[in-house]
Amino acid sequence: MFYREAGDFKTSYQEDSQTFPIKFDRYGFYVALAVAFLIIPLVINDYLANALLLPFLIYAIAAIGLNILTGYAGQVSLGTGGFMAVGAYAVYKLMTAFPEVSMFVHVLLAGGITAAVGVLFGLPSLRIKGFYLAVATLAAQFFLVWVFNRVPWFYNYSASGQISAPERDVMGIIITGPNAPAWAAYLFCLIFLTACALVARNLTRGSVGRTWMAIRDMDIAAEIIGVDPLKAKLTAFAVSSFFIGISGALFFALYLGAVEVGEAFGIQKSFLVLFMVIIGGLGSIFGSFAGAAFLVLLPVVLKVFGADWLGWPTDIVAHLQLVIVGALITMFLILEPHGLAQLWRVAKEKLRLWPFPY
Amino acid sequence: MLDASQDGYITEDGRRIGGVVMEMKNITLRFGGVVAIKDISFDIREGEIRAIIGPNGAGKSSMLNVISGFYVPQEGEIWFRGERRPPMKPYEVARQGIARTFQNIALFEGMSVLDNVMTGRLTHMKSGLFQQALWKGKAEEEEVANREVVEHIIDFLEIQHIRKTPVARLPYGLKKRVELARALAAEPKLLLLDEPMAGMNVEEKEDMSRFILDVNDEFGTTIALIEHDMGVVMDLSDRVVVMDYGKKIGDGTPDEVRNNQEVIDAYLGVSHD
Repeated sequence: MFYREAGDFKTSYQEDSQTFPIKFDRYGFYVALAVAFLIIPLVINDYLANALLLPFLIYAIAAIGLNILTGYAGQVSLGTGGFMAVGAYAVYKLMTAFPEVSMFVHVLLAGGITAAVGVLFGLPSLRIKGFYLAVATLAAQFFLVWVFNRVPWFYNYSASGQISAPERDVMGIIITGPNAPAWAAYLFCLIFLTACALVARNLTRGSVGRTWMAIRDMDIAAEIIGVDPLKAKLTAFAVSSFFIGISGALFFALYLGAVEVGEAFGIQKSFLVLFMVIIGGLGSIFGSFAGAAFLVLLPVVLKVFGADWLGWPTDIVAHLQLVIVGALITMFLILEPHGLAQLWRVAKEKLRLWPFPY
Repeated sequence: MLDASQDGYITEDGRRIGGVVMEMKNITLRFGGVVAIKDISFDIREGEIRAIIGPNGAGKSSMLNVISGFYVPQEGEIWFRGERRPPMKPYEVARQGIARTFQNIALFEGMSVLDNVMTGRLTHMKSGLFQQALWKGKAEEEEVANREVVEHIIDFLEIQHIRKTPVARLPYGLKKRVELARALAAEPKLLLLDEPMAGMNVEEKEDMSRFILDVNDEFGTTIALIEHDMGVVMDLSDRVVVMDYGKKIGDGTPDEVRNNQEVIDAYLGVSHD
C-alpha cells in the first residue's frame, strides 16, 4: 500500500534518528505545515479561531509541556493551571511595563520566568514521588492562584482584580486586544506551537530525553549509569514549565484577552491538560496534539450534534460532555494507558503489510 | 601462578594481568546492629576477572553496592586507580568509570533496546540543553558518534535483531544480555556483574560465559562478578574472594580456593561437636 516502511532504507545514523524516519510521515508533515501556514489563514474566521483553532494550538503547547514532565520524566504534576497563570501574569507585567518590546520576546520571557518558578516547585521531586509529588504540585497550583489574587502588584492595582491584555502589534499587525484579526493571532500561536513541538522532539530523541526516560522507568538504574537525578528532574521541570508558561501567556493575551485568575487558571485547567496528555498518550509528542485536539473538539462536536441537530437542552449536552470525558479517561487508563498515540501506532503496524498480515 | 610483585602476574592461559585498579582496605559495613561486611580487604587488578563468592547472606551484594556507591562503609578505605575515593553518590561513581549490572534486571522497560544501550553512553555525552533543543552541531555529531560505539557493542553481543524492540517484550535471557550491553556501552574501567547467570539454563549460561570472556579478551575490561554457579566461577575467574557471614575466608586462584578447608566448611557445613 502507499503507507509503508519497506524499501525506505537508511544508510546513516542521522537518517535513522531523524524526526520522521518514514518517508510518508515526512511528506505528511510538510503537507500539514503548508496547510496550517498557507491555507488556513486565508479561510479562517472569528468563530473558527475562537472555538477551535486558538484553544487547540494553545492547549497543544501546554500538553507538550506536561507530557515532557509526566510522560517522559515520569513526574506527576497537578500544577499546570498555576504555571499557566505564571506565564499569563508574567506576560501581562512585561506588556504593560515595556510596551515597545516585541511580543515574541515577551512570550519567550514569560516562558523563562515560568521555567524558573517551575524549577522552584520541582525541588521537592528529589525526595517525593508519585501521589505525594502530585499533592506537592497541587499545593503549587493553589498557592500561585492565591498569590495572583492577593498581591495587587501582579494585576497593576486594577479595581476589578482582573488583568486585560492591551493592544500590541508585531511588525504593524495587531495581535492582541479586541481589534486583532483572527488570522494574525492564529499565526502567532502556530509559530510558537511549531517551534515548541520541534524543540520537544529534538530534546526527547537525544540524550536529554533518554535521561528523563531513564529516571521515569527506574531511577536507581538511572543513577548507576551516571544520571544525576536532581539535575534530570529539574531540567524536566524547567523545560516543561517553559512550554506551559508560553501557553499560559498566549491563552491570556491572544485567546481570552481578560482573565480572572481563579476562573481561567484554576484546578480544572490542570486536570484538563492532564486529561489531554492521558487520552492523547503519555510519552508522545503526537499524543499531545491528539489529546488537545480531542478535548477541544469534543464540546464543539457535542454542541453541534446534540443541541443544534437533535435539539437537546444545552445543560444536558454540557453534562453529557463530562460523562463522556470521565468514561474515556477510565477506559484509556484501563485499556490503553498509552492513549491515542498508541492506537495510531498499532493501526500503523497492522496496516504495514495490509492486506497480507504476517 | 600468583606473582608477588605489584606489576601483576601471568594467568594459566597466558594473559598478562596488570597493576591494582581497585583496592578495598578494611571495609566494614553495618546496618544498625547487623554487621554486613566485617573488615574485608582485597584488590582487583587490571584486566582480570575477579569473582566474589559465598553462601546466601554472606555480604557479596553489599560489597558490590559499596563499590558502586549505594552504601557508604562505616570503616575502611576504597582506592580506585591509585587515589583514595571519598564517599560518593552512585552517579559520581559511574562517571569515574565503574559500570554494573543488577541481580534483578534493572533495565528501562519503556524504552527500546537501542535507547537502553544508548543510555549507557550518557557519561560520554556532553552537549548542552540548548544545543540539543536545536539538534545542530555538537548535539547531532555526538549522537552519531556514540551511536557507532553502541552499534559495535550491539553487534558484539549479537542483539542486532532486537535493536528496536521495547525491552518489556524481551525474554529474561535477552534482557540480561541487554543489561550487559548497557554497562559495556559506558566503556567502563571496571565492570561489576551481580549474578549475571542467575535463573538461566545451561545453554544461556554458556552463552553468557562466552560473552564475559570475550568482553574481557577483546576490550580488556576488568570484571568483578558475583555468581552462585561454582562450575562457572571456577572456569571463568582468575582469582576468587570467598565470603561468609560478612568475613573473608579465602582469596586466591580457583584451585587454591577449592582446596581451602575454611571454604569447604562454609559450603558443606561442619559438625559442631
